[in-house]
Amino acid sequence: MMASRQGERVLSFMVRRLILAVFTVVAISMLSFLIIHLPPGDFVTTYIANQAANGGTVSAEAAAKLRAQYGLDQPVYVQYLKWMGLIASGNFGMAMEYQLPVAQVIGDRLWMTVAVSVGALIFTWLVALPIGIYTAVRQRSILDYVFTFIGFIGLAVPNFLLALLVLYFGFKYFNANIGGLFKPEFADAPWSWAKFQDLLGHMPIPAVVLGMAATAAQIRIMRANLLDEKRKPYVVSARVRGLPEYRVILKYPVRVALNPFASTIGYTLPFIVSGSVIVSIVLSLPTVGPLLFKALIALDMFLAGTIILMLGVLTVIGTLLSDLLLMWLDPRIRLEG
Amino acid sequence: MRVEEPLARGSADPEAAIITEAEERISVAPQWQLMWWRFRKHKLALVSTALVICFYLVVGFADFLAYADPHASEAQRSLIAPQSVHLLDEGRLSPYVEGLAGARDPLTFKRVYVPDPSVKVPLTFFAPGFAYRLFGVIPMDRHLIGVAGENNTPENSLFILGTDDQGRDQWSRLMYATQVSLLIGLVSVVISLVLGVLLGGLSGYIGGTTDTVIQRVIEILRSIPTIPLWMGLAASVPKDWDIVRVFFVMTLIFSLFSWTELARVVRGRFLSLRHEDFVTAAELVGCSRLRIIFRHLVPSFLSHIIAATTLSLPAIIIFETSLSFLGLGMRPPGLSWGVMLQAASNVQTAAVSPWLLLPAIPVTVAILAFNFLGDGLRDAADPYGV
Repeated sequence: MMASRQGERVLSFMVRRLILAVFTVVAISMLSFLIIHLPPGDFVTTYIANQAANGGTVSAEAAAKLRAQYGLDQPVYVQYLKWMGLIASGNFGMAMEYQLPVAQVIGDRLWMTVAVSVGALIFTWLVALPIGIYTAVRQRSILDYVFTFIGFIGLAVPNFLLALLVLYFGFKYFNANIGGLFKPEFADAPWSWAKFQDLLGHMPIPAVVLGMAATAAQIRIMRANLLDEKRKPYVVSARVRGLPEYRVILKYPVRVALNPFASTIGYTLPFIVSGSVIVSIVLSLPTVGPLLFKALIALDMFLAGTIILMLGVLTVIGTLLSDLLLMWLDPRIRLEG
Repeated sequence: MRVEEPLARGSADPEAAIITEAEERISVAPQWQLMWWRFRKHKLALVSTALVICFYLVVGFADFLAYADPHASEAQRSLIAPQSVHLLDEGRLSPYVEGLAGARDPLTFKRVYVPDPSVKVPLTFFAPGFAYRLFGVIPMDRHLIGVAGENNTPENSLFILGTDDQGRDQWSRLMYATQVSLLIGLVSVVISLVLGVLLGGLSGYIGGTTDTVIQRVIEILRSIPTIPLWMGLAASVPKDWDIVRVFFVMTLIFSLFSWTELARVVRGRFLSLRHEDFVTAAELVGCSRLRIIFRHLVPSFLSHIIAATTLSLPAIIIFETSLSFLGLGMRPPGLSWGVMLQAASNVQTAAVSPWLLLPAIPVTVAILAFNFLGDGLRDAADPYGV
């Protein structure tokens, strides 16, 4: 009886999350569609103008065919549905500037974005967790103040500025160009173990720059949670019974304090993906960030819209995965549904 | 803030009498007095208040504080290093900067300027300079500081923070950039405040389906990575629009995404206060619904709204600076902190002329100050809290 009710709650939790995720994806696709169509004139006109500028021509039939394919002579909702239909069948359209299909231009840049974001997320957790616990246990110690100060700086320095400063100091004092994710010889090489190692070697700087603000926020959350929890009677009673201090802290209050900490991942991920766009531009990382930027400057809205859509959908999937992970971690979510 | 010594009351101990007096003072103090007592305990918030006031003085008096036209470019003066201002001249108070001597770099043949200690450029306060209108109304030509005398040659001039690659004075540009960046923040926050209070209030007050719909919309907006979207919207602003129009479109874009947090706060307050005793009492006495909202509910969460508003400013400043830095937000000839930092986006340039990175300091200080001020206000908004 109990087990089946619990199962129902888990199911209803998952279904609600899924429905919300679907709505979010729809909202993102509408916003991307809006962005594609915001610049004046339809994109086929822009496409023809672009081709003409490059010395090429688009025949009247080809233009008409493109217009029909995207339903440009029909009402907006038809255009939207046609576009969604094309995307669902894997046709993302053409990137004008490159004369290549959008999917090919994006290539594995999308996965580089994922790699950098996950790297930043791992850095955030690895650093925020122990520091959060330490500063709560040793409240008002010198290190507590030091970390609080660093945390405030992390919150206050926009990450593009942090990236700029890292580049500046790297150039000035180490005479090294710190940007990028690969050594030149690996940049266009096919994937290999050596290339993967090169990627790992380049990862720390983008991960730290990108994760800094989120880390600062997470340290504050973890510290505040643990401070609240530490004062509760059950902690005192555990101590009175003679448990060693590290067990008193790690076994009970830390586990309780972890839950609100973990639940913020849903907002941390969009935040980090957002930041990765700007940090990638400054540090010239081969992610979708610089591509999006160039597409927007050139008003290649199809490429830009597709990137925005993909980033949004990836974030939603990531958030959904983290929700499921959270449910598995925290029985209260399962039970309270 | 509460005096926690109930046992001491009424005893003959003279110290107890003082405590009771303090307690008495607290019990009769009006709400704003309690808030002030609470607020002034947060020292960082006090310092931040002073800083924020300074920042807004710059917003109001940018023309007066600048001493050179921020758009006046002069190829001869490009990338001059900041000059140090000497306050004393042979023991007398008479501020001056050292003149500049033009020279050719023997390696690159570029014209460089080196301080020339033999030439003293005297400075005066309230010096006449370019004409402007204070607050857009009062015509004036006085500036806080300036070079005494008329001859404003490259060798005889003032560059407190140096010049950029087009020879424009960084200090004067920084004053105008501060004005624009903080005004964008302020206007955006006002728009998102209106949206947040309206939608959050509806959500909390009507409840039911309206509440569910608004809450889901907020959740969806919060789970979207916003920077790519902002970039997309900002890039669609036509290139030929003038600065004022770009300014207002930017504020609209920023507020469109930052109202969610305010709406959450307002809704939370509405929900928690709806069942408070004083609201029930007002209902029983027969107050009308509007009177309850505006006479009883709004005053009790106004302070929370002010705190939440202050706390949402830093995010807007960060995004404005980031977008303008990329060239998608405010764009030249418009000015903002991000536009100024764009000059430092090339590492080689920044390494040779590190003063181009100086606008990073007001950005960081402003974000910190608004954060601390908001923290202090949030604590003070609840003067009875622990």
